[in-house]
Amino acid sequence: MHDDALLRVSSLAKSVPGGRELFRGLDLIARPGQLIAIVGESGVGKSTLLNILAGLDRPDAGQVAIEGVGLETLDEAALTRLRATRVGFVFQAFHVLPYLTLRQNIALPLALVSADRRSITARADAMLERVGLGTRGGGYARDLSGGELQRVAIARALVHRPAIILADEPTGNLDPETAAKILALFSTAVRENGVAAIIVTHSEAAAAIADIVLTLTATGLERRA
Amino acid sequence: MSLLSARLALGWLIGGEWRAHPARLALTAVAIAIGVALGFAVHLVNGSALSSFEGALRSVNGRADVQVNATTPFGFDEALYARVATATGVADASPVVVLRATAGTARFTLLGLDVIRAAQVTPSLIGIAPAGVDRRTDAAFDGQALFLSSAALRVLRVRPGDALTVAANGKATQLRVAGALPGVAEGQAIGVVDIATVQWRFGRLGRLDRIDVKQADGTSTAALTAILPRDATIGTSASDATRSDALSRAYRVNLDMLALVALLTGGFLVFSAQSLSVARRLRAFALIRTLGLPRNGIIATVALEGLAIGLIGSSLGLLLGYAVAYAALTRFGGDLGAGYFADGSVRLAFAPAAAVGFFLLGVFAAVAGSVLPARIAARVAPAAALRNAGDMIDPRTPVPWIPAAALIAVGGVAAQLPAIGGLPIFGFASMALILAGGIAGMPWLARTVLAPLARRSGRSVASDLAIHHLHGAPGQAATALCGIVASTALMIAMAVMVTSFRGAVDEWLGQILSDDLYLRVEGSSGFDPAAQAVLRATPGVAGIAFSRQVPLTLSADRPPVTLIARPVDARFVLLDKADRLPAGTIPIWLSEPAARLYNWKVGATVTLPLAGRYAVAGIWRDYARQQGAIVMRETDYSKATGDRTRTEAAITLQPGADPVRVEQALTARTPRGLARFVSIARPATLRRYALELFDRSFAVTYLLEGVAVLVGLAGVAATMSAQTIARTREFGMLRHIGVSKRQIVAMLASEGALLGLVGGIAGIALGGIMAQVLVHVINPQSFNWTMATRVPWGIVASVAGALVIAAAGTATLAGRRAIAADAVRMVREDW
Repeated sequence: MHDDALLRVSSLAKSVPGGRELFRGLDLIARPGQLIAIVGESGVGKSTLLNILAGLDRPDAGQVAIEGVGLETLDEAALTRLRATRVGFVFQAFHVLPYLTLRQNIALPLALVSADRRSITARADAMLERVGLGTRGGGYARDLSGGELQRVAIARALVHRPAIILADEPTGNLDPETAAKILALFSTAVRENGVAAIIVTHSEAAAAIADIVLTLTATGLERRA
Repeated sequence: MSLLSARLALGWLIGGEWRAHPARLALTAVAIAIGVALGFAVHLVNGSALSSFEGALRSVNGRADVQVNATTPFGFDEALYARVATATGVADASPVVVLRATAGTARFTLLGLDVIRAAQVTPSLIGIAPAGVDRRTDAAFDGQALFLSSAALRVLRVRPGDALTVAANGKATQLRVAGALPGVAEGQAIGVVDIATVQWRFGRLGRLDRIDVKQADGTSTAALTAILPRDATIGTSASDATRSDALSRAYRVNLDMLALVALLTGGFLVFSAQSLSVARRLRAFALIRTLGLPRNGIIATVALEGLAIGLIGSSLGLLLGYAVAYAALTRFGGDLGAGYFADGSVRLAFAPAAAVGFFLLGVFAAVAGSVLPARIAARVAPAAALRNAGDMIDPRTPVPWIPAAALIAVGGVAAQLPAIGGLPIFGFASMALILAGGIAGMPWLARTVLAPLARRSGRSVASDLAIHHLHGAPGQAATALCGIVASTALMIAMAVMVTSFRGAVDEWLGQILSDDLYLRVEGSSGFDPAAQAVLRATPGVAGIAFSRQVPLTLSADRPPVTLIARPVDARFVLLDKADRLPAGTIPIWLSEPAARLYNWKVGATVTLPLAGRYAVAGIWRDYARQQGAIVMRETDYSKATGDRTRTEAAITLQPGADPVRVEQALTARTPRGLARFVSIARPATLRRYALELFDRSFAVTYLLEGVAVLVGLAGVAATMSAQTIARTREFGMLRHIGVSKRQIVAMLASEGALLGLVGGIAGIALGGIMAQVLVHVINPQSFNWTMATRVPWGIVASVAGALVIAAAGTATLAGRRAIAADAVRMVREDW
């Protein structure tokens, strides 16, 4: 059978330096267009899991594969290359660089792998259009509201057509009304682009847009009904 | 993925940073520019002066292959000429008499030549009569004919055909300007007359000062050396170059080193500024690493910024350096006021190799100052940096001190090592190691100094916050302080050295200027015994000690020492003296530089280019003659040289005698021919004049000190404002919990003052240690004189005060700006 999983996690285990076990035997599969929310109490290891999925942290045991490529087989340079081409990120704190224009911020993942300024600008402008900031490309972060900054972050996460998007509390800094708009935009963008998205969140509203909601516990991920 | 493919992103990151903080980058580029400018300017001035001086030597020597030179101004017996001319390997030889001559108030070098011989050996010294003025073809053989270089024509204000009264060796005669010396380089005042005229008219019969030799191909000077008497020595173009280089080498190398210090300080300032910039951008770097930039991309980004700073700073520095060199040459002369190259004009010569060297040094300093913090940033885990909202400070983390202590200890060992080739290479290495050790020890010092304060509580909120921040993050304090500490330490070290030197010179002047009046004859032969007797009988004079100073060449590749004939009595203060001397030897007393330069010990028997056997009876302090001096009893001198004239006199007045009337009486009793060459001075005048000369010599050092202060204070301003801006969110949080704006400003002022104080303590302590290396290692190894340490407490206190005020002031200003925004926006600010 053809395996269309963009992300496959199996038997993952991780402890913190003090020896406390965060999770073990964790399995997860994410397919194109699928939006998975991971919820759980603070300190349970949600962000650590996200870092492991991104190749920014190493598990104690288990495997993570993105598009069939096992992260444990890759060295730091290859992991960096993989992040630059196949992974998109959305952060709670937006992380929009204040000294770059919004267009440059969105185009940053493309500029890390290509110097074709014209095509990069065209794709960034298209993404700006998609997130409703079509006329603001020359502006700077300080001109935007929180919701608008997160739109820029979503555009940046999608601009290089990644296989998966990892989002850490993407609405944690937004009011409920703005959060709802952002989540709708995020959901549409994920499905239209056929990427798999993993959202780590405390927000019920964020969990509500997901196709699958998983609760992280010490024994792994449990599917919520 | 390569860095090349990420070049667009790197360009955006660098460009964005530059647009956001142009002033910070401009300041760091200016720091590099100042360092490069000073180094390049000093090098240009030194190179131009040395090249002009060597040019002058070549002009006077007429580019002969080899010269046989007299070791004293009395020359050698002309019978030597016949032996040299017929020696193995000598193709031709030209006898020369060399005199310092005057005409009116103008001075020039007068050469007596045998035209026929000189035409074969030194054709550049042959005069040419100009067509239209003097068509006599026998002008060159005319005993009255004087040929002058273009510089001499200019200073003497004469033209071919004019008559001119020339004085030299205490005699005067009238000569006729017959033509020019087109072979002599521009700027060299030289006159050439037939040798017989010079010997006859200027009292040098039977004596020669030089024989210019044209060697047969492929021969050595060994045969010549074998036939030379004591009062002659062999000189070649190589030994001339070595001698002129030795004249000012230590001074030039020291100036180069001081100038490089400015560049080093610039490098520290770049390090400081880039460290803070990197700390501020830690999360930005973490983001782009998360997005896919490799670890070395961070290093490349910051290094490229450093490269750009270096390229801009170095380019500006070269332009500025050339302008400064031009201004310095015009204002101070080729030796920057030190008095090494008193004669001849100096033309600024561009030095492409030095320009490239200083350009690369500037770029290196900027890149090195950037790469170190970049490497630290690249090691930070991106996920942790992205989530971390504040500093990763743990006040319990111990601060290492061993690396700092090790560097200082190695520096201490290096200071004990001897000079290499007369240059204090290990001394400078020692200073660099001590400085590096001091800066490496800054976190430990900050923690140690602030620990007692941090344990105490009950002060104001502002003070408590300031002390705990600095105590908890001593690394940050050290980063902010390294530029300040470096410039303060170097400034204090230089100030202590100059104060010690000046104090030692002042004290020494007090010792040697113990008489009431001093009389001196310049540019003439001096007082003969009859004239001395007349002066001795002057009313009001209780005692008069005559002396004579002549140059004495001990080695062809070293500048001559000064031989001083004078009475040796109880007032002659010695640093060391021999208990007894070998039988049959004539006692001589060496100045401290002479003893160190020629490695002659007290009691040793030494050979001088004079008749007799000599032994070192003692060593005396002398700060006037860096190339060394030898004192000999008057009677011994007269026996050895036959010279009974004296050029100087120290006069003790009878009690109650009026100095002015005695001065007048002495002038009246001076022989008529000498009157215009005599000057009489009182000790206070001589002392003031000597100290003015000292200050002029160190004018460039004062300038470099001033620059170090400015760079240091600019460092304070830059680092304080950058740190304050980087902590905007912290201030926002403090305001949320009820700390007032005024309290935050007070906290920043306290932090600034504490930083300035810690930096001041460290800089002054380090400067004090480095000053010991300068005073007791570099100075003796460079200039061969020793001195005791004197601390300029006023300067030390002013520096400490200026640092505290500058740090507190800039921190307050930056703090006011940082808290101008509203508190809500400050905590929401991500970057």
